[in-house]
Formats: sequence, structure tokens, C-alpha cells
Amino acid sequence: MTESLLSVRDLIVEFPTRRGALRVVDGVSLDIVPGEVLGVVGESGAGKSQTGAAIIGLLEPPGRIVDGTVHLEGERLDTLSGDQWRRVRGRRIGAVFQDPLTSLNPLYTVGRQLTETIRTHLDMTEKQARARALELLGEVGIPAAADRLDAWPHQFSGGMRQRVVIALALCANPRLIIADEPTTALDVSIQAQITALLKRLCREHGTAVMLITHDMGVIAETADRVAVMYAGRLVETGPVDDLVNRPRHPYTEGLMGCIPTMHARPVRLDQIEGAMPAPRAVPPGCAFHPRCPLAVERCTSERPPLVARPPLATACWVRSPDGDAA
Amino acid sequence: MATFIVRRLLQSVLVMVVVALVGFALFAYVGDPINNMVGQDTSFEDRERLREDLGLNDPAPVQFLRFVGNAVQGDFGLSYRHGRPVADLLVERAPATLELSFAAGVFALLVGVPMGIHTALWRQSWLAKAFLTISLIGISLPTFLIGILLILVFAVWLGWMPSFGRGEVVQIGWWSTGFLTASGLKAMVLPAITLGLFQMTLIMRLVRAEMLEVLRTDYIKFARARGLSARAVNFGHALKNTLVPVITITGLQLGSVIAFAIITETVFQWPGMGLLFMQAIEFVDIPVMAAYLVLVAALFVMINLVVDILYVIVDPRLRIGGGAVGGGGGR
Repeated sequence: MTESLLSVRDLIVEFPTRRGALRVVDGVSLDIVPGEVLGVVGESGAGKSQTGAAIIGLLEPPGRIVDGTVHLEGERLDTLSGDQWRRVRGRRIGAVFQDPLTSLNPLYTVGRQLTETIRTHLDMTEKQARARALELLGEVGIPAAADRLDAWPHQFSGGMRQRVVIALALCANPRLIIADEPTTALDVSIQAQITALLKRLCREHGTAVMLITHDMGVIAETADRVAVMYAGRLVETGPVDDLVNRPRHPYTEGLMGCIPTMHARPVRLDQIEGAMPAPRAVPPGCAFHPRCPLAVERCTSERPPLVARPPLATACWVRSPDGDAA
Repeated sequence: MATFIVRRLLQSVLVMVVVALVGFALFAYVGDPINNMVGQDTSFEDRERLREDLGLNDPAPVQFLRFVGNAVQGDFGLSYRHGRPVADLLVERAPATLELSFAAGVFALLVGVPMGIHTALWRQSWLAKAFLTISLIGISLPTFLIGILLILVFAVWLGWMPSFGRGEVVQIGWWSTGFLTASGLKAMVLPAITLGLFQMTLIMRLVRAEMLEVLRTDYIKFARARGLSARAVNFGHALKNTLVPVITITGLQLGSVIAFAIITETVFQWPGMGLLFMQAIEFVDIPVMAAYLVLVAALFVMINLVVDILYVIVDPRLRIGGGAVGGGGGR
């Protein structure tokens, strides 16, 4: 394996509240190598977005990293000050968020938002920045980019706006893009276009992507590797092909059972009974054990570690017991 | 759009007719105007003749129509006390009130907006907490008390500012301005603060609330994720989005600033329309009272009308029945 671009170790994110701290990310470790697309999947509230926000230093206060480290190309990020962050955000890590309708400032033209970002990061004159903006809009597939440069965000459709957002994320050629549900707010035909665009651009620029989504279909199409999260914890990671086709963790298995296929006869889709616990009510031991069909005594008391047994790394006492792993 | 404006105009006219009715009722039912005009030794016959000459024996609707007809032409009759046309008196006094309101508005904006921004951006700082405390005082203390306190401190104890009047004024045509002389400017400080303090706290709290709202939006988060400086995010992106509603409220408040100038003008003996009105009440000078009433109502109706129309221009979704609403159409 090549040197990691991004390396997250034992990340713990908490939101202090009056009734005690809410632990929304609980000991997550993951690596992204240059140019790779890492898919992060999980249900709503599994902590995937908070992990992304922690990496780019944009946790909503009062949320904060209480433990663990984040390194980008060897530089530690989680201890940076506000000012130092600005050299990282936008320049080395870009971001694409869920809702393209609200990601752009309605009071500035698309061109103005692009040149502003470009000039923040690159030493360019207004004219050079405009040329670069034009080039970026063309690259993300905005037709007649020259005419659209001075248009307002509300004059673009949702899909087109997400293209603009991607152009904005690419302004300074970052090494990594955190894409938090980039296609969720779009309709299905546009989703495929945007996913393909993101993938193509990142291949061309050598940019790695952390693709956060709850859509296994998007993951299967786009990601190189997948990390599955449940109740703030990482339960399984591995190459997309192995994880989708031969998952070990019962939760991953359950997720795969929820995807409708074209070929199978129309049967009732499998569904995982129950719901994911809230951060305040995570049970002891394996967080998944109350819903797990395979749960044994040990699952209710001891938390399973993530054990690497190539090609997958799985946190499960039944499917991947630690004793015979290493 | 045209039908909308016509409908709003008709509503405005209706409001004005009701206000005119109240103004007219003052004439007809508050005291006897003849008694107010003539001396004690006027004979009964003379009084009746005067009543007949002035048309006071006509049926009430006829009198009302006459009142409205004159008022529309700017004729509110003679002041009982000054013996001069009310319209002339108002025109004479208007610059003082308008300048005071303008100064109060500028003060409220120039101080309120930065305070609001500060309290929104640095919520935990002691200065922000101090501002919020001050604003609580500004909202809860009555205007006359603030005025009197300011006079006590800055005019009586410290002797820095005059306690009453406009200072020297310069006459430009029919407009008299206090902005061009040092004493005029100095005289404006305390009344402007008194009048503007409530609006200032209002604007501060509004800016704060709006800014906190805007700072939570996705495009601000995204602007941060793009690596823009805190300055560009807070003042370029957040503030601009904050100011839209602030401008609206400020516009709407303009009417009440002018109307509430009465109290400030009384406390500072500021020779404006409000003071004229207060003196008119003391002397039961009904033509002046009626005219002022109608004028303030007209002001409110006009500002509301303009704001309503501006809303429609700004927000295409409000154009009820005014042609097709383009999906993401032109500017």
C-alpha cells in the first residue's frame, strides 16, 4: 500500500450537552491513499458526516474532537488554529455538501464566487482568475460557460448548481475532496451524472475523495474502498468489490440485503429489524448486538475491535474473532 | 402588478378616510370651535352669525366632505392659537422634525449594525454581553426618562451639550437646517440619541438574530470550506445576506421615528411638528391636532405602501395573478 494521503486515528467527536456529552464519532480510524475514492456509508446519524466535518475542521460548535488525530500528508490537522486552517481548507482539502440549492450564496454571481475562491488560494489577477473560473466551469460540464459566468445561482438548476459547487471545490486543485452526500438532493438521472463527473475529475486531477453517502448504489459505482459506520463506530472496511459481494459483518450484510436488484425475482427486500441507537443510548459491547441475528453472549458486554483479515477489516466477535486473526 | 398596486392604493385611501373622520370628529365634538375663537363678550347673535358663516350649521356629512376637500389641497384651516394657516405652521416645523429623525436614524444604524454584528460573531465576549445588557436598558427605559437623564448628565452636570432647542439654524429656501452650524449640530446630539436609542437596540437585536441565522446556512459553511478568510465570510457573505431584512425593518421604523419624535421634542423643546402638536393639545388647537393626525397617518400609509410594493418587486413569488412566474427567470 502506498503512503496515506489522509490518516485518521481513533477519532472521537463529542457534543457536550447539559445532560452529558454526546459521542457521535467513537474511535474511528481510516486511511485514504492519493487518488482513491473512499466511500463512507451508514444510516442517518451513524456519524459519517461528523467524521467528514471533523477532518475538514468544520464541526458545528459545540462539537469538538476530544481524542484521536487527523494527519494530511504527514501534517497534523486536528490541532491547527483558525488561521492555519485556511491554508488547508479549499487549498488542500475541498468540500462538496449535500444540498446544491443552499451551498451557493444567493447574492453573488457564480463567477464572483469562483474568482473569490481562486484568488484566495492562488496568486492571480482578477482577469486570470476569471479565465480559470471559465475553464473550471467548462471542465464540470456547464454548457456555454462564458455566458453563465455572470449568472446568479438561482438561474441554475440543481444539477448545474452541484456542478458549480464541484468547480468551487476544485478551484485550487486540492489533494482530497470531502463529498458529503453530494447526490442525495438530486434526482436519480442527475445523480449518476454528478457521480460520474466527480469520479472522472478526481481521476484526471489525481484527487482523492471521501464520499459520504447512505446510498450503496452510489458506493458500488464510485468507490474504490468502503468504510461502513454504525452508531459512530467503524464496523467494516475493505475494497468495494469484496465488501459488497462478500461482507462479513452482519450489519453490512443487512445493508446489502436492502438493495433492490434488477435480476432477482421481485421478493420482499430484507430489512434490518429495529433502529440504530441514539448517541445517548448506545448499548454496551457491540453497538449492533440488539439488532444482530448472530449475537452471542460476548457481544453484549465487550466491544469488538476492528480486526484486519484481508481483504476486509471487520469489528465482529462472531464473524471475525480476534484470536485467530493476527 | 398593476392590479396589486391599485388594490393596495384603494386600501390606503380607505385608511386615510377613516383617519380623516377621526380628525373631523375632533372639530365637531371636542369643545365648541366658536367659543375657542371669540372673546367672552361676543353676543349670542354674533356667535350664531359666525357659526352660519363658517358653515358649522351644515349637516355633518357636508362639513366632512368640505374638510376632506380642503385637506386634500393641504388646507387645514387657521390655527386657533397662532391665527395662521396650519399648513404654513407644519411646513415651517417640518425641517426640524425631519432632520432630527434623520439624525436619529443614522445614529441607530451606524451604532446598531456594528453592535449587532459584534454580538453575533463573538457571542461569548464580555463586550457582546455588555451590548446586550445596554440594549435591554434601551428597550425598557421610556424615551422621556432617557432624554431627561441625558440632559441631567451632559447638559447640567457636565455642561457639554445644550439642554434644549436647535441651536443656530441656516435658512435654505423654506428649509431651515441645523446641520451647517456647530451649535446646530451640537444641539442635535442629545435629542438624536434619545430618539434613536430604541431603534438602535431594535436594529442591534435584529442584526444579531439575522446574522446568527445566516451563519448557520449551508452557503456560509461552504464558504468556510472553500478556505475563504473569516473576514470575507463574515462581512462579505454573511453580512450582505443579513442586511436585506434589516433594510426593510429600518424603512418601516422610519414612520414611527417621525411619529414618536413628539416625546423627544417635548423633552428637548425641539421646535418641530411634535412639539407643535403637544402645544396644540394644551391649547385645544384643534386644526393643528387634526392636521398632525392626518399627516402622521398619511406617512405610515405611504411607507407601508412603498414597502409592500418593494416586496413584490424583490420577490417574484409574491406577484399574485401578475403573469407567469418564471422558473429561475431573469433578474
